Amino acid sequence: MDPRRPSRVIDPKVRKVGFFTPGPPPDRTQSGPAATTPTQSPVSNTLSPVMIPPARHASDNLSRAVGMPVPAAPQLHGHPPVDSLQVGSYTLSDSVLSASPTRSPSSRVGLDGEFSEDSVNWMKRNNSGRFSVVLPTGGPDMTQSIEASIDENTGDHVAELPLKNPKPLKAKTTKAERRALQEAQRAAKATAKGGEGNKSVATSATSAPAQTSKPVRQPNQKKEGPVLVSSTLVPEKKGSEKPPEKDRKKEVPPPRMQFDDKNRVEKAKKRSVVKQTEARNRVELFRHLPQYERGNQLSDLESKFFQLDHVHPAVYKVGLQFLSGDIMWSNARCTAMLQAFQKVIEDYSTPPEKTLTRDLTAKINSSVSFLIECRPLSISMGNAIRFLKARITKIPLTQTESEAKTSLSSDIDRYINEKILLADKVIVGHAVTKIRDGDVLLTYGSSSLIEMILLHAHELRRQFRVVIVDSRPNHEGRVLLRKLVEKGLSCTYTHINAVSYIMHEVTRVFLGAASVLSNGTIYSTVGTACIAMVAHAYHVPVLVCCESYKFHERVQLDSICSNELGDPDVIAKVPGRRDNCLDDWASKEGLQLLNLAYDVTPADYVSMIVTEHGMIPPTSVPVIVREYGREHILI
Amino acid sequence: MWWRSASFILDRNDNLLQDDSVPKAESRMLSPPSSSMAETLHNPNPIPINNISAYYQTRAAHHGVVTSDWLAQAQAAVGHDQDTLPSDPDSSRNSSSSEKPFSVIDEFNNWRKQPDLAEAVAAIRALASVIRSSEATTMMELQRELKTASDSLKSWDTTSISLTAGCDLFMRYVTRTSAVEYEDFNAAKSRFLERALKFGEISYKARKIIAMLGQDFIFNGCTILVHGFSRVVLEILKTAAQSKKVFRVLCTEGRPDRTGLRFANELAKLDVPVKLLIDSAVAYSMDEVDMVIVGADGVVESGGIINMMGTYQIALVAKSMDKPVYVAAESYKFARLYPLDQKDMVPALRAVDFGVPIPKKVEVETSARDYTPPQYLTLLFTDLGVLTPSVVSDELIQLYL
Repeated sequence: MDPRRPSRVIDPKVRKVGFFTPGPPPDRTQSGPAATTPTQSPVSNTLSPVMIPPARHASDNLSRAVGMPVPAAPQLHGHPPVDSLQVGSYTLSDSVLSASPTRSPSSRVGLDGEFSEDSVNWMKRNNSGRFSVVLPTGGPDMTQSIEASIDENTGDHVAELPLKNPKPLKAKTTKAERRALQEAQRAAKATAKGGEGNKSVATSATSAPAQTSKPVRQPNQKKEGPVLVSSTLVPEKKGSEKPPEKDRKKEVPPPRMQFDDKNRVEKAKKRSVVKQTEARNRVELFRHLPQYERGNQLSDLESKFFQLDHVHPAVYKVGLQFLSGDIMWSNARCTAMLQAFQKVIEDYSTPPEKTLTRDLTAKINSSVSFLIECRPLSISMGNAIRFLKARITKIPLTQTESEAKTSLSSDIDRYINEKILLADKVIVGHAVTKIRDGDVLLTYGSSSLIEMILLHAHELRRQFRVVIVDSRPNHEGRVLLRKLVEKGLSCTYTHINAVSYIMHEVTRVFLGAASVLSNGTIYSTVGTACIAMVAHAYHVPVLVCCESYKFHERVQLDSICSNELGDPDVIAKVPGRRDNCLDDWASKEGLQLLNLAYDVTPADYVSMIVTEHGMIPPTSVPVIVREYGREHILI
Repeated sequence: MWWRSASFILDRNDNLLQDDSVPKAESRMLSPPSSSMAETLHNPNPIPINNISAYYQTRAAHHGVVTSDWLAQAQAAVGHDQDTLPSDPDSSRNSSSSEKPFSVIDEFNNWRKQPDLAEAVAAIRALASVIRSSEATTMMELQRELKTASDSLKSWDTTSISLTAGCDLFMRYVTRTSAVEYEDFNAAKSRFLERALKFGEISYKARKIIAMLGQDFIFNGCTILVHGFSRVVLEILKTAAQSKKVFRVLCTEGRPDRTGLRFANELAKLDVPVKLLIDSAVAYSMDEVDMVIVGADGVVESGGIINMMGTYQIALVAKSMDKPVYVAAESYKFARLYPLDQKDMVPALRAVDFGVPIPKKVEVETSARDYTPPQYLTLLFTDLGVLTPSVVSDELIQLYL
């Protein structure tokens, strides 16, 4: 590139200076033919829009990785399979490696060491036998599906995904899962030798951890992973013989259950503890999210109390609290869950002929799936569970049971202390520096962290006013309003409808978050995006306060693919009105109500994210995730 | 952060720099303090007179409008003071440490006398000599000594962002080493010193590195708008001019201390065509500008910069006309600050002379600098390389956490 052009395009030479890394990834032996390199650029990932977030399932990834270079090799349509195999595997490894320096130099910087390691694994996986079979068998219909999806999304951003994939992949599989998987695979091999091959392995493997606990939904979800992904995967499963050990280790939890798949839902229902009936009149776009009739679950579950012996009473209690909405805040939910698990661990004793690590993981898994039935997990809870499982697998075999239990229990305590309580304190300290005398602060809904910040600023005798914006149906803001007014803060209470009116007098917007995703997107209570956008339009800085244990490496571009649906009845009913015109909405054909729980706020509308690691711009979230993501698990 | 310094480009261009860097080093050593500067130097007052930022006093002393007779005087002074002035900083350090108790402030002032040496680099060198002359016998003691020294430096002028940031980064870089675990204290201390000197070296070289990086962006026949007096920007333009590039510079006047005049003066010496603008003519002449290059007092965590008053409006105008805005800043100016808006900074005040008496009732805005948010900046030229604004925070996170 000519550096003399007055453009904003960066001279590659100079760019290299800025990001130079100690050395190239060591294993660059297999560099493909140069001719194939340019072809990868227009071809993006073959993700269908609905499947975006969970980049977790190995086979899912594989299909994507394979899918990417395929359309670039046009001869695939006509050529004999052997030929296309060569092309496919070459372009693939080439694109993975060559894409790294040019496409995403910034992501390379920090990855330094680990990138090379990952890329090695990645290559090994790519070169495994599995692929070679995929291409020929899945040929025609795969290319079709791929081309179709390429038309839809040929964005640059997606093209980077295959690079990132290896990492979450790695993080996702805890040791226990992998071990359970291996175990199951061995068993499967013994029973059905070779014939069924991968298919049976996959299914039995995934259900392995749940063998001890009968009614779990999780294994079911896992099973459906491959089917859901796309038709392209089926031939792969059938055709290939046993993949190398390395590959199977990479098996990871599948994408979330898609609730618009009838068969799966039926099966899931059979296993579930909580008797739920599917809600009627669901909104078309959100069919893939679970939605049940409300009202009867709680009483139903209560009556079952004595039958559900596999669910620990503490977990049961927390589950009921989730279901009834007694615990709403994400920090509170996470703490409650961890404390329940602490009790589970306390009362746990390893059954004979089993090892603690494996059995306890299964136990935790079944508790988790019970909790999921009560209410879908939040991302912070997912992170906490990941941490706990990692701790369990880290327990050395030599440790006695009581030792292991105490160490786990203290680990949980430490997690709660360090990641939630202490982090909150640090964040409060940071955020208070941004509150000056005479400020008008706007906050939306109710966040425990924001409450602490405001109260602390008040204790420091800062003179400021608070505008609490609230929304139906939960009216969370009223709780916050009550607490603030009790402490003597001067408050204004309004509904979200009035936000554009009130915004011009606001000087700072403080928002909480359920999660911060690695593209800087804020995943938070529905309505947050609206507030942030209005604030941005009025040039009011938006500060998002979030503990870093809620950060997630996922990237989400809309609030459709991953969300939580609330009870539609609550938005149909208007309190205080005698006759609601929507009373019998469910019986009306063509009327659907949508009660979303979360939305995503694009990073553009966020001025700053306050974490315990300091105040950072939303662009730096990946740095935190990268530098501290592992620490969350390892603590 | 520092080990990624792009200093290798200096080695690559060794021959190019060889001829001019040597004599300059000499002149830097020998440059005398001007009279106004001497006043500020002997007045290390944490609370500056008239509420005027000490940072800007120093800057005024360094970059005030230079008249030809001032230059002549200065030239004469060099000849006179050559003997009396401590030309060798080491000897001055020795004498000061032997005669009176070592004071980091004195040391700092000593270094600061060189107008070409940035304040932060002076501070870094002063801190290095703290290590050298320390009589501590344990690591803890030495660290504490360093801490107090850097704190006293920081409190010497709280309005200077680069001073604070430089001290912080120094502490981070020097003390964050395995040396703390060394059993032998002397070995650990020498390790500290080694790192300190290396840091000083990197910081000192920073301007050269940036100049090498930045001059690539200047193309033949381009018009560059500069604002205020920045030594880094001058270095870039100098390097570009030396590599036979033909370009034109528009200089803003840089009220109130009219640093732009000095800048134009320096450029005229290099035979670069230069045109002076009043500060309010920026938008008027923006359409003939190809790029804007500014320096920075500090680079903050959002990737934005804090710089002399007027930078923000230039960046706004440039953005609206889609002209690139480049910032040249050494990485010791990366500060852990995150202003949300213009008022969200430690105010640095500077008297404004309007030429006519201002009625008592009229208020005067005396803020000396403004904050330019990252969305208005195109690229930052730093000694770590050419960065987009968002990388600043990444670097800071990696360094501080």
